[in-house]
Amino acid sequence: MLKVSVAKSFEGFSLDAAFEAPAGVTAIFGPSGSGKTSIIRAVAGLLDCDRAEISLDGYVLSALPPHKRNMGYVFQDARLFPHMTVLKNLRYGGTHDEEAVIAVLGLGALLERYPASLSGGEKQRVALGRALMSAPKVLLLDEPLSALDGPRKTEVLPYLEALRDQTSIPILYVSHDMGEVARMASRIVVIDQGKVALSGEVQDVLADPAAVPFVGLGAAGAVLTGRVVGLADDGLTKIETGAGALWVPGAVGRTGSHARVRIPAQDVILSRSAPKDMSALNVLSAKITALEHGKGPGVAVALQAGDARLLARITKRSCETMKLKDGDQVFAILKATAIAPSDIS
Amino acid sequence: MTDWLGPAEWTALWLSLKVAFWATLLSLPFGFAAAYALARGNFFGRQALNVLVHLPLVMPPVVTGYLLLLGFGRSGPLGELFENLFGVIFAFRWTGAALAAAIMGFPLMVRAIRLSLEAIDTGIEEAAATLGSSKWKVLRTITLPLAWPGILAGAILGFAKGMGEFGATITFVSNIPGQTQTLALSIDTLLEIPGGEPLALRLAFVSIAIAACALIVSEVLAQRVIKRRAL
Repeated sequence: MLKVSVAKSFEGFSLDAAFEAPAGVTAIFGPSGSGKTSIIRAVAGLLDCDRAEISLDGYVLSALPPHKRNMGYVFQDARLFPHMTVLKNLRYGGTHDEEAVIAVLGLGALLERYPASLSGGEKQRVALGRALMSAPKVLLLDEPLSALDGPRKTEVLPYLEALRDQTSIPILYVSHDMGEVARMASRIVVIDQGKVALSGEVQDVLADPAAVPFVGLGAAGAVLTGRVVGLADDGLTKIETGAGALWVPGAVGRTGSHARVRIPAQDVILSRSAPKDMSALNVLSAKITALEHGKGPGVAVALQAGDARLLARITKRSCETMKLKDGDQVFAILKATAIAPSDIS
Repeated sequence: MTDWLGPAEWTALWLSLKVAFWATLLSLPFGFAAAYALARGNFFGRQALNVLVHLPLVMPPVVTGYLLLLGFGRSGPLGELFENLFGVIFAFRWTGAALAAAIMGFPLMVRAIRLSLEAIDTGIEEAAATLGSSKWKVLRTITLPLAWPGILAGAILGFAKGMGEFGATITFVSNIPGQTQTLALSIDTLLEIPGGEPLALRLAFVSIAIAACALIVSEVLAQRVIKRRAL
């Protein structure tokens, strides 16, 4: 368990955040300028703070200089050493698990090259490998994908997921991309203007209508977990989730494998009666557990579907016309094509 | 070939090389330290250090030479200190010429090294620290290798300045053949004696050739560093 409590006053901005991160991925989520990077810089010892209490499994790290904290840090901009080959970069902090790291990250063909000749995605993989080979006790990932374009992101993301599934250390993953967070993290700490606005399990926080203002209207949406049942002939994959069966586009994982699907709140339609003669494939029966009126024309509706939670965002007008209230039974309708491939993992 | 220059001129050439070599070698660590402090330091008196380092560049050389004479002459406080501690005497010796060359070349050397240090992304040094490197190891494995072209350029500039130094040298250690009469001083002397001009011209060629060679060597070395990185 990594415990973090940091405070620092900047000009016109103050950071004051405390949270805990167990083994696995904890996302530090928030808009640009909310203080996410400052927090992990403080954890690594790269930022002088007014207050910094950082401990790992009860062992206090805050008094140590950065080079004695044993934390792997992957920066947004890779920060490889330009005068060293990829292999020397990798070995700079140690040679822990060298062969496995090189194999898992697919770095074998790059070892003799210099950083200047690598693509953005390759640089980020080398940076990740370099951090891993130093045998860190905590891994800090500062928006490792944000400097990459779409295709490069899809190149690096599977490596990050493999890493998440293979290590048992706390990983802090800074991001402002909810899609990435939903795929990577099991816990989330939402940062707003230097303070912790919300924290908890990703599923709980994302299904909480109170999270909508912090997460952003477009990014709000619950995460369903389930198992892949199989791929149909027409190219749709069936996933059995706690809320019921879900059809999603494309081939997703092997039959029986674990899957996570993010359901954007703005793509969920609510209906009082069971819909008929309709193109949408996914209809889940659900109960309203909370209604959260926003400042604008929208209402966030929290739903309990089976043993899973969903979030829908509808207009105030629809809410009034349908006379929706706590405890009502409704149907949540979801177009299969509204689920982007990047939201399934 | 030996007729081309007289024995006195050969002596002056050797002396200049010796003076410039030692001046560069011994001032390089101090030059790096000053450049590092100016580029990275955030301390009280940083601006004062900056002015102090650059003074020899803007002061009349004769003033620098005079101050050296006051400080490092046989009865100067620093002169006595060095004589007692290390047995080194500067006054009217080639060692004094080397000291004058080092002081005069120092601003140029520091400037070149400082520029190369400022060009290094300090984020890379942070990355090295998170990988377990102490400040000293970061300096050794990251900062120094990356600043190497600038250090080389600084050393070459310091050397070239040392080869040509005139004003401070003649004020501090005078113009003694075989002892403090360097290339520049020798040319000056030759120009004042009747019929010395052809020899002065040859010495001028020699100094131009040395300066050009130094620049070419530094350029080639720097290019090699850049090429290796781009591969």
